[in-house]
Amino acid sequence: MQLSQTMPRPALIKQLNIFDWLFSALLWGGAIYAFNLYGTHMDSYEKVFLFGAAAVFSALGWFWKPIRMLLLTVAVLSLMGIADYHGDLARAQSSFFLKYILASQTAVMWMSVLFVMATLTYWIGLAARSDFAAQVGSALTWSALTMGIVGLLVRWYESYLISPDVGHIPVSNLYEVFILFSIITALLYLYYEAHYATRQMGAFVLPVISAAVGFLLWYTFDRQAQSIQPLVPALQSYWMKIHVPANFIGYGSFSLAAMVGVAYLFVDKGILASRLPKLDVLDDVMYKSIAVGFGFFTLATILGALWASEAWGGYWSWDPKETWALIVWLNYAAWLHIRLVKGLRGPVLAWWAVVGLFVTVFAFLGVNMFLSGLHSYGTL
Amino acid sequence: MRFAISLFTVLAIASIIGTVLKQNEPYANYIFQFGQFWFTVFQWMGLYDVYRTPWFVTILAFLVVSTGTCVYRNLPGMLREIRSYRENATEQSLRHFHHHGEFASHGNPTAILMQYLDVQGYRYRQQEQGGNLLIAAKRGSANRVSYLFTHSAIILICLGGLLDSNLPLKVEQAFGIKRLETRDIPASQIPAISRLSPDNLSFRGNVDIPEGESADVVFLNIADGYLVQDLPFKIALTKFHISHYSTGQPKSFASDIVILDKTTGKPLLTHTITVNHPLTYDGIAIYQASFGDGGTRLNLDGWNLFDHQGTPFLVTGAVHKSTTLAADNTRYTIEFTDFRPFNIENRGGDDQTQHDTRSVFGGSAVADKKNLHNVGPNFQYKVRRPDGQAREYSNYMLPIKVDGRWYLLSGMRDAPNEAFRYIRFPLDPDRTLTGFMRLRGAMLNPALFPQIAQRFAQSVLHDTNPATQAQLADSTVKILEIFSKGGYKTLSTFIANKIPAAQRDLAAQTYLKILALSAFEAYRMTQVQAGRPAPKADDATGWFIRDSLTAMNDIFFYGAPVYLQLSTYDEVKATGLQLTRTPGEFIVFGGSGLLVLGIFTGFFVRERRLWLLIKPDQVLFAMSSSRKTLDFEKDFALRKQHIMEILKEN
Ligand code: HEM
Repeated sequence: MQLSQTMPRPALIKQLNIFDWLFSALLWGGAIYAFNLYGTHMDSYEKVFLFGAAAVFSALGWFWKPIRMLLLTVAVLSLMGIADYHGDLARAQSSFFLKYILASQTAVMWMSVLFVMATLTYWIGLAARSDFAAQVGSALTWSALTMGIVGLLVRWYESYLISPDVGHIPVSNLYEVFILFSIITALLYLYYEAHYATRQMGAFVLPVISAAVGFLLWYTFDRQAQSIQPLVPALQSYWMKIHVPANFIGYGSFSLAAMVGVAYLFVDKGILASRLPKLDVLDDVMYKSIAVGFGFFTLATILGALWASEAWGGYWSWDPKETWALIVWLNYAAWLHIRLVKGLRGPVLAWWAVVGLFVTVFAFLGVNMFLSGLHSYGTL
Repeated sequence: MRFAISLFTVLAIASIIGTVLKQNEPYANYIFQFGQFWFTVFQWMGLYDVYRTPWFVTILAFLVVSTGTCVYRNLPGMLREIRSYRENATEQSLRHFHHHGEFASHGNPTAILMQYLDVQGYRYRQQEQGGNLLIAAKRGSANRVSYLFTHSAIILICLGGLLDSNLPLKVEQAFGIKRLETRDIPASQIPAISRLSPDNLSFRGNVDIPEGESADVVFLNIADGYLVQDLPFKIALTKFHISHYSTGQPKSFASDIVILDKTTGKPLLTHTITVNHPLTYDGIAIYQASFGDGGTRLNLDGWNLFDHQGTPFLVTGAVHKSTTLAADNTRYTIEFTDFRPFNIENRGGDDQTQHDTRSVFGGSAVADKKNLHNVGPNFQYKVRRPDGQAREYSNYMLPIKVDGRWYLLSGMRDAPNEAFRYIRFPLDPDRTLTGFMRLRGAMLNPALFPQIAQRFAQSVLHDTNPATQAQLADSTVKILEIFSKGGYKTLSTFIANKIPAAQRDLAAQTYLKILALSAFEAYRMTQVQAGRPAPKADDATGWFIRDSLTAMNDIFFYGAPVYLQLSTYDEVKATGLQLTRTPGEFIVFGGSGLLVLGIFTGFFVRERRLWLLIKPDQVLFAMSSSRKTLDFEKDFALRKQHIMEILKEN
């Protein structure tokens, strides 16, 4: 009886190899080192965050292996960037490495260029049926992602160089969250790419990231939005640090689902059908993405309510931003009900996912541009 | 189900209305925006407070009731489903499954198949079926719990929200038990019908407390009136602090408060409230919501603008207080409305957000760039004429540099929704107003005109005969008189009436030159008379004269007989606190936790059912799941392969 052979599902922990353990050891080692250095300045939240991050990223790296390489590269590059400052912000202009690669502004520019190149490469891969081009597309996306995260981390450090009281996590204004959006959407996409072993969807998902990059560049060059601003009192809260990223996992997922929805509609009409994944794969990605997005968006809205209850004196005040979050939420709740309860499939759901993107974009940007409220988190 | 989707849609659309139309503004703003007719229509539809109208609450109620009945109807079935193994499935029905397979077997594979299911995390039951053995297995039944969790969570959240809403108040108003107060009277005089007792279950109200004062009520602003909520304690404000970053954005807002016993006045607790750090006392949460002026005392120099004396008189006042002035046999009331020690933002305009400590507006990456310098203290007041008409003024204390020259700025507007229009009073080389005021005094004093005209005529025509000089002086007196009556406007009317069209341009140029040069003579006269050095005939003086004439001209449109210049002040700040009692909060957050739990179990716990019908020489295998996803297809393929291999090797 060779039962063991036919039972290829041992617990995750037993599947771990030496690199997984090494990776975790590095993470925990780093956390302990940081704790020894700065522990006396940390409050209990920060301690929980520090070790929580080590635990979460360990698990993430075990669950999805490429994360390990990503985190290591990001750590090395950001630490190099930070060290190269020697505590002096002016070195962003004088040090070669900072000026051309690692200063946050430069890193973000690299991210932008790499994302646009990745978009083009994925399309070349699709047009030429070239697996190699698609592989290059993935590599470019990974590099863009790396530079984006490095940019945000170095920016975080730079904010403290401006002045210790200005320093804060870079998720506090529209410029910063656009970077966050690009990163999260790319990361989600790369996960699905690996999970479904198909690179063709990149040609559809990357354009939405490129659009975000386009906005970011306009915002930088036309509005000089890249300068680091201190936090107004209402934003000085722990809730911000989790509310905003949770929201962007939601937004990123919904955008991804919409773009896969576009691919679905193409295939459904027979356009590029031979080059793109099958309908049931696209449908599955769309569903998963919306499901994950819905979960995180719900979480983010609730975190927002907890924050509002502390900062504004009420967990729900029908502020335009809140109300639009509710509308987005209702939209996807309806989408999920139709699919799960009615079992509806097909182009209708794909169209709906695409329309969902417009609702989401309005909640994200339109509210700031056209409506007014306490929440006008970043006017254009 | 279709009903649920329709409810989602209706709720979403109804919600949009309230985001497009600003909610809970003063009614005057709506009347201004829509006109009386549409104002009334919209008011009837409740659009100024959409989320609390009966029709909106009805939609929510429908949602709760339908979700409730849905849960009620589905609960028994769901529980049965969770417990059941469906061991009664017949061979017939298993063959109808989309996902099934049949394998040949020999010997008795029951034990090893059960072992396989154990390892794979399935739980199972066995049943004899006409000589065959059916193993009915399942895993991930928690998935079904998600339905119950999410849907009960929605009900909880809505009910919790209802508990904290002002719905009970609305009902009381509808039945006349409570009535809105619309008069502007002290809290202590408000009748019981507009007051709420301290043991009111839930409320949300605001109160402004100046430094050194206290409050034991909050105000609930509703529609065009308010209700007064009595508090079980008293709050005193010791001090309100604002600090700024070096770039000028606000860094913190903090109120040092003391909670006092309502009857004895004994201090119970001293605390500092900041944004994001409220204080909860006696079940009531106290938040930092806004700030304002608490009655800053102002010492002002009043310049009578239509009198030729070049000296100011003393005026004292305090913000939120008023004083009267008499001029030209008219009594004017001056109502001081606001004072700001810093003005980082754009000049003028009193944006609501500026006083709202809860705004996240400064978080914008670009919003703050243009207005990054502090232009110093500023105060606002209204000048009300006896007929009740008022104009609003906004004056800066410190000189402001415009185009390289220094001015004192005073803004004026007729209505609160207009922008301020600024008059610029030029400053003399000592950076004071006196130079301008003396010059203006001379230019308003007809007794001095001959002398000014004389000097001017002499200066331009010093070697011609006295008769020509006298002629020029005469016309100069005329021009000065006309200008002193109404500025450039009277001058241009005069030109239009008296001079043929062909020569008007030339005449206007000449008149302006005469005016400017004689103003220069007047300035020299007044300066020397006051013991100041005589002004040089240079560029700076030239600009000073031109600016002075412009300012004198603008004074005719200024609308107040007096310009108030701030000399010293004694600032008193006020904090705006929001006080709430929200017993439903725990229910809402409990429900929220349940919702998240439900959603994540629903999506991440995969429900699987598996049947193995073991016949003497054959095994029938079938699988099902509540979610038909690709993962399920893969899972099915994998199980099928495993079972096949197990049976082969057995
Ligand atoms: C992820 C979250 C949700 C899941 C998985 C879910 C699942 C379901 C399922 C399986 C049904 C069908 C019940 C039946 O067969 O009758 C249903 C119906 C329904 N759901 Fe949800 N639901 C979710 C969230 C919500 C939310 C947020 C609301 C309300 C705001 C809601 C309101 C309803 C209503 C009103 C029905 C119709 C009940 C009926 O007509 O029988 N659901 N939902």
